[in-house]
Amino acid sequence: MSTLEIKDLHVSIDTEQGEKEILKGVSLVINTNETHAIMGPNGSGKSTLASTIAGHPRYKVTSGSITLDGADVLEMSVDERAKAGLFLAMQYPVEVPGVTMTNFLRTAKTAIDGEAPKLRTWTKDVKEAMAKLKIDADFASRNVNEGFSGGEKKRVEILQMELFKPKFSILDETDSGLDVDALKTVSEGVNRAQEENQMGTLLITHYTRILRYIKPDFVHVFVDGRIAEQGGAELADRLEEEGYDRFLNVQA
Amino acid sequence: MSETTTQIPEEKARIGAPSIPGFTEEGENLSPLNDSASSPLAGASSKSHSHGGGEGVTDSSRAGRLTSYNVEDFPKLTGREEDWRFTPLKRIGSLHTAELTGQAPKVELTGSENVTLRTVAADDAIRGNAFTPDDRVSANGWKYADGAQVLTIPANAENTKSILRITGESLEPAAQHLIIVAEENSEAMVVIDHVGSAVLAQNIEFDVRQGARLRVVSLQAWESDAIHASSQQAVVAKDATFKHIVVTFGGDLVRVNPSARFAGEHAEIELYGLYFADAGQHLEHRLFVDHAVPNCKSNVLYKGALQGKGAHTVWVGDVLIQKAAVGTDSYEANRNLVLTDGTRADSVPNLEIETGLIDGAGHASTTGRFDDEHLFYLMARGIDEKTARRLVVRGFLNEIVQQIGDEQLEERLTDTIEEELAATHL
Repeated sequence: MSTLEIKDLHVSIDTEQGEKEILKGVSLVINTNETHAIMGPNGSGKSTLASTIAGHPRYKVTSGSITLDGADVLEMSVDERAKAGLFLAMQYPVEVPGVTMTNFLRTAKTAIDGEAPKLRTWTKDVKEAMAKLKIDADFASRNVNEGFSGGEKKRVEILQMELFKPKFSILDETDSGLDVDALKTVSEGVNRAQEENQMGTLLITHYTRILRYIKPDFVHVFVDGRIAEQGGAELADRLEEEGYDRFLNVQA
Repeated sequence: MSETTTQIPEEKARIGAPSIPGFTEEGENLSPLNDSASSPLAGASSKSHSHGGGEGVTDSSRAGRLTSYNVEDFPKLTGREEDWRFTPLKRIGSLHTAELTGQAPKVELTGSENVTLRTVAADDAIRGNAFTPDDRVSANGWKYADGAQVLTIPANAENTKSILRITGESLEPAAQHLIIVAEENSEAMVVIDHVGSAVLAQNIEFDVRQGARLRVVSLQAWESDAIHASSQQAVVAKDATFKHIVVTFGGDLVRVNPSARFAGEHAEIELYGLYFADAGQHLEHRLFVDHAVPNCKSNVLYKGALQGKGAHTVWVGDVLIQKAAVGTDSYEANRNLVLTDGTRADSVPNLEIETGLIDGAGHASTTGRFDDEHLFYLMARGIDEKTARRLVVRGFLNEIVQQIGDEQLEERLTDTIEEELAATHL
C-alpha cells in the first residue's frame, strides 16, 4: 500500500495585483485503492491542488508538505513526480505539435518505467485500451491532442492513465464537457485502473454527476482554499440536493 | 500550440531603420507606382535596366524587380531596401562592396558516373542561360566569379545522384558560379553540400529542361564564422519538375534566395526549406516563384526552429501569378517554432495574382512557441525536459526532412538536429 499525504498546504500564485493565496492550509491522506472526491464551487482551489501536486510552475508552495510514502514530492521535478507514480488528468490538455500519439505514448511509458516496453505487447495494449475507451484507431497517428474535441482529449487523458499505471491519479474536472456516454466510458476506465492497479484516486469535480459512476470512499468539500466539510459518499448526495449555497452563506 | 500570425512591426524591422513607404505589415502594397525618390527601385533605374518589368509594371510588384548583369546598375545598399531591410549589412562581409577576389570554395563531385563536371570561362555562353542577378550582392558575385563549374545530367539519365561538396577554406570575400543542367527527360538528385568557412557571394543556376526531374538539396552546414549569400535560380521547362530543398544550420549569416520560373506548361515546382537558428545566427531565405505560363503547379513549405539570444530568421515568399498563367495551382507556407526567449522570426508571404482564372492560390504563415504549457504536459508524463524538446522539434522539422528522399542524408540531418538541441542551454 502507498500513501499520498498532504499536510497543511499553503499555495500562492502571482497575479498583477501581487501574490494571492489560493490554498490556505489543506490536509489530506489518500491511500492506494481509495477514491477521494474533492468538490466545491468554482474558485475554491480544487484545480490549484491538482496542479500543485503535479508540480505546475505557476503555483508556489509557501508552506506545508506533500509526501508520497514519506518521500518529499515538492522536492521532485515534474517528470520525477510522474515517474514516482503520480498522474494528473488535465482539465485542459494542450495540443503538442509535431508529436504523434504513438510516439508520445511510447516515450512516456519508457520514461515512467525506466525501460522501453516490449514492442509487440505494447502495441497490443495500446490498441485494446483505445478500443475500450472508444477512441478511433486513427488517433494513434495524429499529433497529440491536435484537433481533438474536448471529449476526445479527456478520453485520451484516461487512456494515458490506463497505460502508465500510476499509483495515484488526480482527475481535474475530467467530467466537465462530457456527454453521458462519454462520461460512462471515462468512468469505466477509471474503475478499471482502480481494480487492476489498486490506484488511489483524487477526483476533482464541480458536479455530482460523475459520482454515479465512480463511487467515492471519501468526499471533501473545498470552500475558499480550505476543506469545509468531509464525509462519506452520502455527503455527495446531500450536495446534490442542497448545492454549495450552505457553505457560501456561512462564508458571507 | 497556439498559432499566431507573425507581425512585422515596421519600426522594429531593423534597428534604426525608418519605415519604408509602400510597405505594410502584410508586405508590399500593391498600390500604384511608388515614385518616392528614396526608393531604390524607383524611377529611371528600374525602367532602364529591368528585364522583367519596365514601363507599366509597378515598382512594388515582384515583376518590377531590377535585374542586371552589371553590378553598377544596382544602387549602393543602405539596408532600407525592401529586400535588404531584415539583413544586417554590417555582418555581410562587404559582399556588396568588396572586390570578391578571395579563393572560392573548392568544388568536388562524387556520385553517378554519367553526371559530369566541367569548368568554363566566365564569358562562356552557357553562363546566364537560367540566371540574371536580381540584387547587388548577386551582381557583384557575377562580376567576380572566375568562370563557372557546370554539372551536366545527360538526357534520359535515370535515377542519378550527385554530391557537390563545396568546401570553404578562406575568409577572404569570394565569388562562385555553379551551373546545373538537367537535360531532357533526365532524373537526378543533386546535393550541394556547403562546409568549412567562407565569405561567399554565390550564384547557382538550374537549367531544368523539358521532361526533366531534378531534385536539389542545398545544405548549408558551414562553420560558425561563414558568411554566405546564395542566389539560386531555376528555369523549369515544359513537363519538368523541380524540387528544391534548402537546409540551413551553419554559418554566422546565411542568405539564400531561391527563385524558380516556369518556362513551359504542365511543369511543377516544389520549394522546401528547413532552418535551425542558434544564438546570434542570422538565417534568411527569400524565395520567388514566377508563374509566367499557364497550367503549372507550385508548392512552397519552409519550416524553421529558433533558439538562443539573437537568433534571427527571415522568410520572405514571393509568388507571382502572371496574367498569362491561367490554370495555376499554387500554395506557400512558412512555419516557425520558437524554442526560447530572445529570438526573432520574420515571416512575410507575398502573393500577387494577376488573373482570376486559376485553380488555386494560397499562403500561410505561423509562428508558434514551444511554451511552458507544452513542456509541463510532456513532463507530467515522465518525459524529461531535454527529451520533451527533442520530441517536439524533431516532429516539427521531420516533415521537411522526409522530402529529401535519401536515407543517408536524412540520417545526417536528424543527427544535426539532435546536436543543435543538445547545445541548447536553458
